[in-house]
Amino acid sequence: MSLDANPSIARRSLADRVLRRGPLEAVATMIIAAGVVMLMQPFSLALYSWSFATTLFGTVMFTIVSKVRE
Amino acid sequence: MRSGLPFETTGICRIVDDPGARSVDAMNELSASSRITYRAVMVRPGVARRIRGLSDRTLAWLFITPTIVLLLAINIFPLLWTIYLSFTNYRANRANVPTIWLGADWYQSILTDPDIWAAMQVTAHFVIWTVVIETVIGFGLAFLIDKKFRGHGMWTTIILLPMMLSPAVVGNFWTFLYQPQIGLFNYVVAFFTGRDASSFQMLGDVRLSPWAIVIVDAWMWTPYVMLICLAGLRSIPDYIYEAAEVDRASKWRQFWSITLPMALPFIMLAVLFRGIENFKMFDMVNLLTGGGPGSTTEVASITLKRAAFESWRTGYSSAFAIILFVTVFGLANIYVKALNKVKSR
Repeated sequence: MSLDANPSIARRSLADRVLRRGPLEAVATMIIAAGVVMLMQPFSLALYSWSFATTLFGTVMFTIVSKVRE
Repeated sequence: MRSGLPFETTGICRIVDDPGARSVDAMNELSASSRITYRAVMVRPGVARRIRGLSDRTLAWLFITPTIVLLLAINIFPLLWTIYLSFTNYRANRANVPTIWLGADWYQSILTDPDIWAAMQVTAHFVIWTVVIETVIGFGLAFLIDKKFRGHGMWTTIILLPMMLSPAVVGNFWTFLYQPQIGLFNYVVAFFTGRDASSFQMLGDVRLSPWAIVIVDAWMWTPYVMLICLAGLRSIPDYIYEAAEVDRASKWRQFWSITLPMALPFIMLAVLFRGIENFKMFDMVNLLTGGGPGSTTEVASITLKRAAFESWRTGYSSAFAIILFVTVFGLANIYVKALNKVKSR
């Protein structure tokens, strides 16, 4: 007799839970938003200088992760 | 004999399909229109056979190829060309000068330039305030229109009128409205505040001009935000409010717990759309102030236009255009995600 009450549900690893489209898209969205804020903020020229790289990274990441399985 | 054509059950086709009917006598007996149909039927099997020889995939490609070619010619090629130019010293007014590869020099120059940074802050002021004002007033108007009072259809039409106008027209007539001597705007402000109508200039004052362009954009695009919010409010099922009434929830509680959360994806959509559009705003600001006085209303697109068509620094302006493009593209990704969320409801 099996001790597992519901053996049909397979345990999913941390990678399986994190490497899904939803969370990755959320991370990419946050990076894009951060890049846009950095571009238009009036406080630091250094942040402004890094804004394009940040937005570009977020956009490329979003394009890639939108192809990842749900 | 089966012709395999979709209209083979008609009388004409039955005559055509009959080999005996294909004689000259049979043709003479047919009316003029029947003869045309006859010829069409005679031609079509060959075409049909040729088409039948193609797979569905080939046919699909055949139909979409003109669109793809057009898209590549007017969208993709200019984009790739602009990316290439952004790494060179190319100047459109000196096309004969040999082009030198500069690498990421223009990008470095733009991203460390305090003037461009200032233009981005002017853009931020314009984007943030227009989006805030349009969202608050637009949602408020949608909330009122959704109450379905008497004549709400007529009021909806009247409210929607500004967004149906061209930005060029709006820019021109608001320039007249803002005239300190004859403009209606100054007289209205003077009437409510008691100030002299000609004592301030909305478009000529460095403190007031950034707000002048915000007011015009809010006037023009608040109806659009209202329309999206109205769609969100109309999508909330009545039974949820009925259930809340049964639970004796107050109107205030219903607004915060039902109306606002359920309309939020639509509000997000409106915010993103207006944010993207205003980030690219050019025509209206160019007509109203042209970026002045000084550079107080010089939004990013006006800086770009000046670099491209006044200083003729094509490579530099191409790099700036790519920076703006990546920003808009990134925001558009978020917009599409929000749109899908709304669609899935």
